[in-house]
Amino acid sequence: MWARRSDLPLDHDALGRFLPWLIAFMVYLAALALAGMLLLNAMAARWDKGMSDTLTVQIAPADSPEKDAQRVRATLGIIRSFPGVARAQPLDEGRLMDLLEPWLGPGGGAEDLPLPHLIDVKLKTGARVDAAALAKRLAAAVPGTAVDDHGVWLERLIRLVRTVEALATAVLLLIGLATAGTVVFTTRTGLSIHHEAIEVLHLIGAQDTYVARQFAGRALAMGLRGGVIGLVFAVPTLLGIGYLATRMQAGLLPDVSLDPHHWAALAGLPLVVAAIAMVTARLTVMRTLARML
Amino acid sequence: MTIEGSDCVVRFESVGLRYGLGPEVLQDISFALAPGSFHFLLGASGAGKSTLLRLMYLALKPSRGLISLFGHNMATTSRRQLPALRRRIGVVFQDFRLLHHLSAFDNVALPLRVAGVRENEIRKHVVELLTWVGLKDHVNIRPTILSGGQQQRVAIARAVIARPKLLLADEPTGNVDDRMAMRLMHLFEELNKLGTTIVIATHNETLVRRLGHPRLRLDAGWLDAGTPDQQAAGKPAAGVFAAATSGSRAKQSSESAA
Repeated sequence: MWARRSDLPLDHDALGRFLPWLIAFMVYLAALALAGMLLLNAMAARWDKGMSDTLTVQIAPADSPEKDAQRVRATLGIIRSFPGVARAQPLDEGRLMDLLEPWLGPGGGAEDLPLPHLIDVKLKTGARVDAAALAKRLAAAVPGTAVDDHGVWLERLIRLVRTVEALATAVLLLIGLATAGTVVFTTRTGLSIHHEAIEVLHLIGAQDTYVARQFAGRALAMGLRGGVIGLVFAVPTLLGIGYLATRMQAGLLPDVSLDPHHWAALAGLPLVVAAIAMVTARLTVMRTLARML
Repeated sequence: MTIEGSDCVVRFESVGLRYGLGPEVLQDISFALAPGSFHFLLGASGAGKSTLLRLMYLALKPSRGLISLFGHNMATTSRRQLPALRRRIGVVFQDFRLLHHLSAFDNVALPLRVAGVRENEIRKHVVELLTWVGLKDHVNIRPTILSGGQQQRVAIARAVIARPKLLLADEPTGNVDDRMAMRLMHLFEELNKLGTTIVIATHNETLVRRLGHPRLRLDAGWLDAGTPDQQAAGKPAAGVFAAATSGSRAKQSSESAA
């Protein structure tokens, strides 16, 4: 089918040289948008999963270490007996200092500060724990406790990620539309350049589908060619961004690298774009020819 | 005003054609062609021969009147039905209209490819026909390199390759010598014997006289469909009745030829 010669000199017009590069550019942009979208999606899912089964309980410092220890014991007792809790572990002094170090600097005299005690609570997977009820019970038994289920900031973060994702999707859609628009334009121009040959084909008894097949075949070939070129440029760009991200992240960002599924989705881009080009060309030819005699 | 027989291959009734708001290029054209008839279409340059042929091979729509082809009224025939009708019509265009990026072979093969004929059958028929019109050694040559006469023969081969039921030729022997012209005319006659209805527009009066087929004469947009004797005395505007007789006469002539 690929070797089939065309009855119209479609590969020889200027548009034939211009379309693959335009499609290459579109696919390049689409690959970046899609990669960004996939990464954000994975990141959001990971955060959601990682955060939703933990709680942190904070206990305000009392005036003596004995009292503190007693309060921590009481709190732990209540938490561990609460339904859905897998385990609860108080953060030791050293870990707390580590967490504070970025703010206070190394050896920043944090020992003198009245620091709260933190209890890291792991929930059973899939368990929905009523954080408000826990907070209420703790407050009744040990005044000065607070329960943080990370819900608020996690929700905001995820909302932000989803917004960016929606933007990326919109960018992909726009790229798809732009590709379709370009193909409509080049196909119409091709129809008018080859108007005479098409008329001859018609007078010989060719159906519109016969002519449309030639344009669609050409658009498919060019879409694939352009798509592959675009992808060839996009891959090093993505690898470069990934490399820079791993160097920069320093624990701030979760692991940002594309997994095999993501690469497979990216490899599908030229196919999708080529299919868009083919269908668009076919529809354009059919619609334009329907207006001819 | 009935024209006998809905089995006519071509039937024109009071057909007029004007381009835009200009004067009528063709006026009140009425005639009918019986299956298997052979007609010459005569007339001075600009008389409307090519336009009349264009109406017949469905490249133009008439401004008024009725055209029917193979019993289909063109006014009520949908666009989707046209390809099937057009495949029954072979056309030799005056300017050949070969596709210049295709070889002689591919040009001649077009009507078969369009009709979905298998590639191995196409090869056999096309090479045979190109050999017959003397282009055996030019099968893979593009039309741009061929001479005018060679291009014309490619165009003729393309028009007849699919054994059309109606063959319309616009000056098909304009670029070849008399010997080749006669050879091509014999090709048309062969096709005619197989049942193809033929209309050939030409200036070549010698050829017309030698072959002696009935004539349709166009004069300033009016069609006269009389025999040579009648043409001498006849008026240009012969109208519907001439058409009716033309149809029956054509039938007779083809019967007597057979």
